[in-house]
Amino acid sequence: MTEPSSRRIEVSVLARVEGEGGLEVSIRDDRIEHLALRIFEPPRFFEQFLVGHHYSEIPDLVARICGICPVAYQMSGVSAIERLFALDAPRDPEGDSKKHSGAPHSEPETGRNSQTDKGPYNPPGSRPDSQRNSVSGSQRDSELAPWVRRMRRLFYCGEWIQSHALHIHLLAAPDFLGFDSAIAMAASHGDELRRGLALQAFGNRIIALLGARSVHPVGARVGGFWHAPALSDVAAVAAEAERAVPAAEALLRWTAALPLPQQPQHFNCVSLRHPLEYPMMAERIVAESGLDISVDDFEAHFSEHQVPHSTALHGLLEGEPYLVGPLARVNLNQDRLHPRVQALLTELGIDFPSHDMAQSVIARAVEILQAALEAAEILADVAPQTPAYAELAPRAGIARGVSEAPRGLLWHRYDLDADGLIQQARIVPPTSQNQARIEADLAQTLTRIGLNADADRLRQAGEQVIRNYDPCISCATHFLRLTLNR
Amino acid sequence: MTSPPSPPFEPANTLGRRPRLAVHKLSSCDGCQLALLNAGESLLTLAERFDIVHFAEAGIIDVDAEADIALVEGSVSTAEEAKRIQAIRARSRWLMPIGACATAGGPQALRNLADAEAWIASLYPEPQHIDARPTADAVAAHVHVELELPGCPVSTTQVLAALASLLAGATPFAEQDKVCLDCKRRGQVCVLVTQDAPCLGPVTVTGCDALCTSLGRACYGCYGPAENPEVATLAQRFAELGLDAEAVTRRFLFQQSGAEPFQQRVRAWHPKLQAGSATASADRGRDLASADRGSSMLSSMTSGMTSADRNLSMTSKEDDDD
Repeated sequence: MTEPSSRRIEVSVLARVEGEGGLEVSIRDDRIEHLALRIFEPPRFFEQFLVGHHYSEIPDLVARICGICPVAYQMSGVSAIERLFALDAPRDPEGDSKKHSGAPHSEPETGRNSQTDKGPYNPPGSRPDSQRNSVSGSQRDSELAPWVRRMRRLFYCGEWIQSHALHIHLLAAPDFLGFDSAIAMAASHGDELRRGLALQAFGNRIIALLGARSVHPVGARVGGFWHAPALSDVAAVAAEAERAVPAAEALLRWTAALPLPQQPQHFNCVSLRHPLEYPMMAERIVAESGLDISVDDFEAHFSEHQVPHSTALHGLLEGEPYLVGPLARVNLNQDRLHPRVQALLTELGIDFPSHDMAQSVIARAVEILQAALEAAEILADVAPQTPAYAELAPRAGIARGVSEAPRGLLWHRYDLDADGLIQQARIVPPTSQNQARIEADLAQTLTRIGLNADADRLRQAGEQVIRNYDPCISCATHFLRLTLNR
Repeated sequence: MTSPPSPPFEPANTLGRRPRLAVHKLSSCDGCQLALLNAGESLLTLAERFDIVHFAEAGIIDVDAEADIALVEGSVSTAEEAKRIQAIRARSRWLMPIGACATAGGPQALRNLADAEAWIASLYPEPQHIDARPTADAVAAHVHVELELPGCPVSTTQVLAALASLLAGATPFAEQDKVCLDCKRRGQVCVLVTQDAPCLGPVTVTGCDALCTSLGRACYGCYGPAENPEVATLAQRFAELGLDAEAVTRRFLFQQSGAEPFQQRVRAWHPKLQAGSATASADRGRDLASADRGSSMLSSMTSGMTSADRNLSMTSKEDDDD
């Protein structure tokens, strides 16, 4: 059989990704002439219709950007607003953010040297936490701010667990086990699938504990939560947590034993970095390349640009593709993992940092276990709290906030006027940041397989590469903004 | 929010095969598909009772498959989607839009009140690559539908109950009550009466289990209008609570701006809007940083009510262009 000198590989609708995308590869004379992760999911203009809304409406509006990670949108949003409103208050006496005006950081950390920075693991359920962050200056001495912080971490644990469990079991596992869908997998891998669905349900239960429902939860607000959970409900979820931890351990063992392809590549990882915690909400953005900046300086280093084949913008760090998400977080923060997670990784002989994207499924299982352990610890010690929020005085200015969505760094900016109305909004979601990296990975992977290979094989390999990044196309396409190509 | 009841679907056991189920996605956040993907064990049971012929996120792809029941998530907001929904209609026996986007356009229907082409031009450096219609429409604005399940998001209970009814040959139950009734049933204290909170419960359809009020906060209407909603009366009440006219309007348009009854509020407010805003749409995007009150949500969106009027009427009738 002779191969034509020019061929075209196309996946018109990607399966098992969130949102709608496709893949196009044109090959000429054994070289990739054109490769595009096509994102045709239509834009929904969220950044535009946020304009004119009141800051208090942010959590319920931005949640609608993504049904799979609404908590992340709510947390980046409230964090941005609170960082602006509590500008005069030292938010983090332990050095998380001495100032957020771009002053030099007193404890420089680089991702590359993170292993030398052995901050002790700090169980988020422990009381010393109450010294840490405060939602506002006026609340610093009360129990409220540390309570809010712990509950937000619990809330976020729920989202990581449900989103990662959904991805591993319903989207990714069929690739590794040779099925088209999880439903087709049910007959032969029923136990593993049910364990995964139970973990997903556990994550959803946590979100609903604080947010009343798991998709577009309604509990979060600027300053805290609308209402503290009933202690009887906390106890019920805490009991589930006791069962979830062994399930999460079993899941990590299972992912470690999956027959994953080995194909390391060179790429730069980016994530948040916290002085003590595995990062969910933090003040510093770090990269393996040595970058270590304040959340406020994001725009000076990261850019987005439009490409013709995508309604999502491509993100670059100093002009280069980079990775955000679970693998990037584990690579940059393994020293912040719970001791039990670290012990299990040692036992299993899994080494991070890893630059093999296939390992991202293991990184997700690592984070499920991390989140399950933290959730169990927090749930074991939840105090009643009324009110469950602080009232903050609005002020005009630029609000910037960030958090680690399940798929990676999620950066928000809102320009507010004195009435608290949004004048301009900018949201940088993880998937648009990963897009350039996905295309670079595709080019390398397909070339390594051989561009003469069977079209189905290339198509399948391409889809698997894309799924390793767990792209959320629904998120990625909804971010359109004014200044581009800087 | 709901269509008149349709005749029951043929019972599954008369088909001589499992009924075929398709799940389609238009412009949306994926959250309503999670009603199924979050269903846990029920998802596996569903896959036994139905022959799932298309559900891309679950890994089953056959875009052109014929289906007995088609669930559609998302609003119609591109020319491609307008074409696709026609094709979906043609090969589906029972078409059921799920969630706020599919039943009322969703939050993105806010753009129906604005000049979307100017938005695209101001936001993308190369607007020619972007396929977006000027409006984000409910599915029913384009094709006939058998039943709509509202909500942002639609709940797993609602979707599974509707599918179970159809399996049994019965017409699925459509909620008509107002959230107020749900609060009374649950013995929840009224936040509108006791806290002066601008609660949309009196005009919003049940289905959410009155979650917001259970947390002591005002309902923000994510399930859309109930039967015979007294929008003008409630708007008057909000004004008496001290909300300015724009805040009142924003309340009704927050999540369900595409729902016709809530648009009454825009029409009631319209004269004030014309007097108050004159920002040229083409300059709007570049001008956002200005601290001008004129760039508040409604005035920044509705730079000319001529286009808003056109779009308001478009959402309620069939749209014949692709």
